[in-house]
Order: sequence, then structure tokens, then C-alpha cells
Amino acid sequence: MAEVKLFRAWSSPFPLRIVWALEVKGIEYDMIYEDLSNKSSMLLQYNPVYKKVPVLLHKGKPISESLVILEYIEETWKSKTPSLLPGDPYQRAMARFWAKFGDDKILPLIWEAFIKQGKDQEEALIAAHENLKYLEVELRGKKFLGGETVGFADLTFGWLANLVSVFEEIAGVTLIDHEKFPLLLTWMKNFMDAPKIRETWPPRDKLINHFRALRETLIAKEPK
Amino acid sequence: MANSSCSDVKVLGAWPSPFVMRVRIALNIKSVKYEFLEETIGSKSQLLLQSNPVYKKIPVLIHGGKSISESLIIVQYIDEVWSSGPSILPSDPYDRAIERFWAAYVDDKFFPSMQLINTAQGEEKAAKVEQVTEGLVLLEEAFQKSSKGKAFFGGDRIGFLDIALGPMLGWLRAIDKMGGVKLLDEVKTPGLVQWVESFCADGAVKGVIPDIEKLLEILEKMKGN
Repeated sequence: MAEVKLFRAWSSPFPLRIVWALEVKGIEYDMIYEDLSNKSSMLLQYNPVYKKVPVLLHKGKPISESLVILEYIEETWKSKTPSLLPGDPYQRAMARFWAKFGDDKILPLIWEAFIKQGKDQEEALIAAHENLKYLEVELRGKKFLGGETVGFADLTFGWLANLVSVFEEIAGVTLIDHEKFPLLLTWMKNFMDAPKIRETWPPRDKLINHFRALRETLIAKEPK
Repeated sequence: MANSSCSDVKVLGAWPSPFVMRVRIALNIKSVKYEFLEETIGSKSQLLLQSNPVYKKIPVLIHGGKSISESLIIVQYIDEVWSSGPSILPSDPYDRAIERFWAAYVDDKFFPSMQLINTAQGEEKAAKVEQVTEGLVLLEEAFQKSSKGKAFFGGDRIGFLDIALGPMLGWLRAIDKMGGVKLLDEVKTPGLVQWVESFCADGAVKGVIPDIEKLLEILEKMKGN
């Protein structure tokens, strides 16, 4: 039994980042799948503040919040390459900045654009594009945000490669178009093709069914 | 790292912002001299828009011409660049993870719950007070675990989580003094009550978090508007 355990939900992008980090670094771990509609007492014990996945359990000690976990993995398994963060403090700050930007701005706005309709969807999409422009600029001259190999910020944005096409198919709308965001689309392809990444993706048809059902539920709840 | 000249390090900010306070406290811990460029409330300077085009917010650290934004990211940068000074983050990866977790909690949950608490009325105020109190109880627990009987989350010296939370509670202490509500309670959160006093009295913090009277002045003005 591995000394590392990861609590995850099969469809959630946040634990998937941790899966990628562990796989890319070749760290042995056990996966524990949670049913988010019926959370285990273990999960509630290990993450009492947020009651969410992912939770990494290392030698019995729990760590929550995906970006915190990524830093922990990087610092604990220092000898395992590739490094997720560069050595230079300024470059590290930039990686952290873009990761946080992704979670604060891009993810919520793309999600909004996916689950809303009509004018709300339009507005969310405009805001998402406004913010994606910064990412597009940042990608100039780079294969990955981390340089030649996948890094901290790439793992944080990885959900784009995994889920955007799923969302587009379900909602029938283009979220990221190749005219406005050619570098981002290239990045998404490079990310998909990077070692250890695609192997761990949940099956596409399962994702489509899951997120379609979720979207329908959320739309039904909207006040008319 | 060798001494930088004062003009090498600039902080773009405004003194009342708890996020700006974090950066200044971190620089003080490392004994780094810096130029403090104060933004005027209600307008954003060209330098701010240039150096933080994504968020257009303070604080921004400008070091050797390079800009870094987001206060907790700046504090980690400061810790890593001026590595010969006293450490801000602990050395053990698990302890670091715990401090990062709670610092993120302060930004994601606790600080938002504090918003507009001093101007809220009636039922809205009661709900806000309950939310903030819940947060404080969680932070008290974290403090007891982290400090292990010492003065700060970081132990004997101020560390990352102290810096993350300190300015917020510095403000909260003033909000309490305005009356009508007691958020920092000696019974519910005895550790934090003592901690905020120690924090505000620390050499690296004095002069960054103004005296409670000055904070009250600002709060009164906000209430009046």
C-alpha cells in the first residue's frame, strides 16, 4: 500500500491536477474515489473546513486545496523530476500568479458561460475572453507556461484541454475559438500530448453525460 | 542576497489596505529598504496599470524593474529572494502546506466575510457577525495547533500565516472598538486576542499597521458615507 493516498471524484478537474503531478513525477499513490453526493466520513475528517476533493494523505497527514497540494508535492519529492516550479524566484512568482489567475478568473467565467444561457452566457463569454487574452499573450514563444515541460501553471490550466471541448459540445457554443486564441489552442494540444497526461483523463462520453446532466439541473434551478 | 538600493525595491500601495500591509511587513522582516509609492484612493496611476495590467490592483512589488502582484505571492517571493534574512515560511513541507492552506482560507473565505460588516445593519449584520465568528473559531483552532504554545502561528517569530492574517485582525480589532459588536472574544478566541496584540506590537509591524485610533478614524468616515 502506497504511503500517498489521493481522495478524488472521477469527474472533478481539481483532483486531476494532483493525479497529473503524481504521475508526471512518478510518485506511487493509491486513489480513493469519493461520491460527492455522499461524502465519506474519512473525507469529512481530513478536510473539515471545505469538505472537498482533492485531499492528499501523506503518511497519515492530510493536505487540502489543489494549489497547496501541488506545492507540497514539489517540496516533498524534491529529487523527483521534472520540477513543477522553476528555481528562479521571479519565475516561481509568475507561475504562481498565472495558476491563481486561472482559478480566480478563467475557470469561474468559462463555467458561467457553460451553465448559463442567453444574455448571461454572452456576458460570461465576453468576460472570459477578456481574461483569456492575457493568457494568450503569456504563451508567446512558449511551448508550455513552465517552459519546455509541463509545470505548475500548466497543470492548473490543464482542465481547459480536458473539459472545454466537452462543454462546447454540450452547450453548443464555441468557448475558445482558433481565430482569437491560436496559441491557447496549440497549448491545449501540447498539454494533451505531454507524457502521462491523456492516460489519466476520464472517458469523454462519461464526462459528457455527467456535465450534461449537471448543466440541465442548474438551468432548471435558474429563476425564470 | 546583497543589499539593494532603496530605489531597486518599490511597493505600490495604499496604507489602509491589509494586502499592502502584508508586503511591507515581509520586507521589514527581511530589513529590506523600499520606496513606498502611495496610490490615491479612487484613481489608478499609470505605473499601477502598467505593472499590474491583469488585475490593476495594489499591492504590486517592483524589484529591479520586474513587477509581482498578489500579496501572498509577493510575500513568498520576498522570502525566496532575501533568503539570508529570517525565514517567513517554515522549513518543513507539511508545516508550509498548513500555513498556505490557512492563508488561502483568509483570502478566499475569511476576508470576504469581513466585508461591509461595520456598515451593515440589523439582520444582515447579525448574519455577517455569525459568519465572521465561525471563521475566527476555525482560525483560533488553527492557531492553537500551529503555535504550540508560542506567541505566533510561526512560533517565536512572525511567519507567513501571521503576516496573512495579522492585518485583517488588526482592522477587526478596530471594528470591535467601534462598539455594537465583539468579534474578537476573549472567551471564544483567547489565543487570537492575545496574538493580535503581540502581532501589532512587533517591530516589523509597528508603523505599518497604524494605531487603533487612526484606524477608527477611517472606519468612522466609511460609516458616515
